[in-house]
Amino acid sequence: MNMKHTFYWCKKNLFSNWYNSIISIFCIYLIIITIPPFVDWAFLSATFEGKLKTDCKSNGACWVFVRVWLEKFMYGFYPVENIWRINLSFLILILTIGASFFVKEKFKLYILFFLIFIFPIIAYILIRGSFGMEIVESREWGGLALTFILAIFGILVSFPLGVLLALGRRSELPVFKYFSICFIEFWRGIPLITVLFAAAVMFPLLLPADFFVDKTLRIAIGIAIFESAYIAEVVRGGLQSLPKGQYDAAKSLGMGYWKMNFFIILPQAIKTVIPGIANTFIALLKDTPLIVLVGMAEILGMINLAKANPYWLGMAVEGYVFAAAIFWVASFFLSSYSQKLEKKFSTEKK
Amino acid sequence: MNKEKVIELIKVNKWYDDFHVLKDIDLSVYQGEKIIVCGPSGSGKSTLIRCINRLEEHQEGLVKVHEHVLDHKTKNIEKIRGEVGMVFQQFNLFPHLSIIDNCTLSPSWVRKMAKKDAEELAMQYLTKVKIADQALKFPGQLSGGQQQRAAIARALCMEPKIMLFDEPTSALDPEMIKEVLDVMTDLAKAGMTMIVVSHEMAFAKEVADRVIFMDEGRIVEEKPTQEFFSNPENERTKLFLSQIL
Repeated sequence: MNMKHTFYWCKKNLFSNWYNSIISIFCIYLIIITIPPFVDWAFLSATFEGKLKTDCKSNGACWVFVRVWLEKFMYGFYPVENIWRINLSFLILILTIGASFFVKEKFKLYILFFLIFIFPIIAYILIRGSFGMEIVESREWGGLALTFILAIFGILVSFPLGVLLALGRRSELPVFKYFSICFIEFWRGIPLITVLFAAAVMFPLLLPADFFVDKTLRIAIGIAIFESAYIAEVVRGGLQSLPKGQYDAAKSLGMGYWKMNFFIILPQAIKTVIPGIANTFIALLKDTPLIVLVGMAEILGMINLAKANPYWLGMAVEGYVFAAAIFWVASFFLSSYSQKLEKKFSTEKK
Repeated sequence: MNKEKVIELIKVNKWYDDFHVLKDIDLSVYQGEKIIVCGPSGSGKSTLIRCINRLEEHQEGLVKVHEHVLDHKTKNIEKIRGEVGMVFQQFNLFPHLSIIDNCTLSPSWVRKMAKKDAEELAMQYLTKVKIADQALKFPGQLSGGQQQRAAIARALCMEPKIMLFDEPTSALDPEMIKEVLDVMTDLAKAGMTMIVVSHEMAFAKEVADRVIFMDEGRIVEEKPTQEFFSNPENERTKLFLSQIL
């Protein structure tokens, strides 16, 4: 019975006519020549146990490489005895986001406020050190932790900034309007790598010698400003989709500009552009490794270092596959989180 | 009439680019008066009432609501908007908020009313428009007539002294028009000052003190209700009435 069911399913969905059959057969062929060899390489013939490259004797992947270097990939050259501080920061972040699913509506605003204004300060104090904790300069930060620090900073800063720019671009006051337009078009018009080089190399040359801004901070601000231009345009799309009647109604009830936008316009506009915002944030996360080009040892930088180590030559593929897997998981998390938000808001609206 | 003048328009002119929408509008409204504005579409009726709470800006002339003169001062505009409630053709409820939140938002954030008081006030008006049982629903879950009544309650929650209605029944199915007009009639009987843009002539006959007929941006006829229907002078008015009655 089950066999028969499968047979009909195949016939209906894969072989309904001659050209569908050809496409189906071609796809099956592609799957057969790619998936099994990869599974064999990555899992079946792979070596997981060991401490040295010489422990890997099979043809499969040598995950020993990732195991041995894992701590460096995750935390870069951050002092081992202080790694708990990074872990604690990320734990706070994860718990706060997790809690946002369970608390009442009115606490969500407080959570958002905490995430945008308070959490960055706590994380900065923890990771850099202060109040008796040993100071770890940002040049010692690295690995995946640095990638996430930059991406999260980028998200938390670019979002409010982008929203303000979107409002500015639609403002009736020429000063705000043209400032926003110039700002957005300028940052959208240049490649991220230019921004990174400017922040890392050129910016210090332009400033007086005694005026020092930490390199990591310069890069982080560069990324945040760059992405805010994209967020601004996404949010502007949402603003334009709102009927004019919503503005009329808010105004007729005596609300001023900020109250109208905060309570009526932005909640609706942002809700409609959640997919676009998620898109931008995922792109931001995946753009972050570009900082390897200005000499910062985030996860790809650490992998590059590790594969150049004389004892571990030839391990590039394992390193990059590992990095790809991590980025995929992180992006997938962002994507499913955004879908959850979308679903939640759409049921509210009905 | 020795009642207080609450709205005064003197020689108001407005253009949309080259299009002259309002031409030398003079209008006075007294405390407690009910005025119906009618006329063909595009004659400037909506624009006229939207100029009263500055949803549209007039370019020439004077608009006065109570003692406040409408100018560019945001403070003045917001003060006037607090005293003038408005109901729209498309209801314009806030779809992301429940009915009660629609009603309490402005009282609590503009009037700084305590949350509990604002909710009490909202329930009082929702009861008045007979949808207290829908308070926790979202606008999308209500029928058109219910939405419009909710919108009326929302405007009343700011306790306005004047209510403007911009074709409040034009977007409704015929069987829902009555429930909205009933609410408006109650409101009129309670003594609210009202300016209503509407083609509901039966409603006009029942509640209006004066009827204004507009055409091509001008007030072409302005008469007490009885006289307006029994003895219209302007040719354009006669034609319009013959078509609509």
